[in-house]
Amino acid sequence: MRRVRLPPVPPARPASKAGVGLLLGVLALLLVAGMAPVRAQQFPQLTGRVVDTADLLSPAAEAALTQKLEAFETASSDQVVVATVPDLQGYAVEDYANRLARQWALGQAKEDNGVLLLVARDDRKVRIEVGYGLEGTLTDALSRTIIDGDILPAFRGGDFAGGIARGVDGILAVLSGNAAELKARAERNRQWSGDEMPSWLFFTIFAAVFLFVAGTFVLTQMARLRGRRVGPNRYRWLGTTWVLGGGYPGSRGSSGGGFSGGGSFSGGGGSFGGGGASGSW
Amino acid sequence: MPKSRVARLGTAPFVHALCLLALLVPLLSGCGVNSIPTYEEQAKAAWSQVENQYQRRADLIPNLVETVKGYAAQEKDVLTAVVEARAKATQVNVSADQLTDPAAVQKFQAAQDSLSGALSRLLVTVERYPDLKSNQNFLALQSQLEGTENRIAVARRDYIEAVRVYNTELKTIPGRWWASWFYPEAEPMQPFTATAGSSTPPTVDFGK
Repeated sequence: MRRVRLPPVPPARPASKAGVGLLLGVLALLLVAGMAPVRAQQFPQLTGRVVDTADLLSPAAEAALTQKLEAFETASSDQVVVATVPDLQGYAVEDYANRLARQWALGQAKEDNGVLLLVARDDRKVRIEVGYGLEGTLTDALSRTIIDGDILPAFRGGDFAGGIARGVDGILAVLSGNAAELKARAERNRQWSGDEMPSWLFFTIFAAVFLFVAGTFVLTQMARLRGRRVGPNRYRWLGTTWVLGGGYPGSRGSSGGGFSGGGSFSGGGGSFGGGGASGSW
Repeated sequence: MPKSRVARLGTAPFVHALCLLALLVPLLSGCGVNSIPTYEEQAKAAWSQVENQYQRRADLIPNLVETVKGYAAQEKDVLTAVVEARAKATQVNVSADQLTDPAAVQKFQAAQDSLSGALSRLLVTVERYPDLKSNQNFLALQSQLEGTENRIAVARRDYIEAVRVYNTELKTIPGRWWASWFYPEAEPMQPFTATAGSSTPPTVDFGK
């Protein structure tokens, strides 16, 4: 009789293992869901300095723009990004551009020196969104001048690539207008251009150090309380000799930024307060 | 001799307690004991940004009025209305401590809204003066005013969001406990009512 009962047991074990796996999976999912920012809108991904989701630019034009913008960031640390979207999903162009620029966190974190040139194809709207740090250079009036003078005439003639290229030229010209200030900004941000750790790595290291310190502390205390004393500040517990005293391991200080340089492109953590201008064609 | 032994015995638990405290403090702040003051300060900072941007608008107006006067002095009523609304709006200030007072926030909003109304009437009037509309100074002022209205909209949005976070923290569970234990004086702050341009910036129609 007993043997008859045995077979059902083995399947039960994998099932419980699967249950644990499922639970862990759900927990991990919850963790990820909790960490991911809640997005009310679906924004395009920041795939590069030119994000052409509305398909207004030829690959060659895109490459030329990317190269120009990359060279400019190297020289000045200002992040200028061009985005084209099919439509604004019912939002005002000012609102959409501000949220998108913040989502992408263009510009360096301490300078807020990002600029977003947004073109909404079906809404026939264009906006230059200027980061906090550049509002004094690329003023609303100048942004308006670029839009009205350089971008809109070309757009009205159906020449999107030309309008965007001229607009970018205008933006870069204004930004590089004050050469001394530009150089100073680049100098301030030189240290940030490479070898920064991503924030998740920083967090993991921090958590590891913290767990190590806390764990050591708890274990040594447990050894002191629960273990057998075998010498001055030496306790035997769980088959190991624990040596106390000499202080607890301290955590090393570490500083980390939130962006990476080099090959792939990402925002530097800058913020936007609604500066810039919009236009319609 | 016995005294020093007592002292030595006495310091060890003290050091341990200190170490334990050093470990507990980050844990405590991790579980939200500091969230309420943190969110409160963030909401207050967001508010000062709102005031800052409204002030920026108020600072633009004298220049705008002067420019319009040069071309359309006969539009006295509209110009006076703007000047008066501006004077009223700059008198109504809400300090960070008054943000929990619905009446103060509403009064501020009403004053700013009436200035917005007067301004948009002025800008509609301007439509009748083509010379003024093509004036470079006026065009620059106009784009600055547009930009400022947009900055106000962004600042208001940020403030509404900061208040939402703070009020939610006060009302939801861990925060509610912390509030009752440590911050009994913490009160929910007043967001703007959604009517006046919280999600859509007030659009000033310049006729094109």
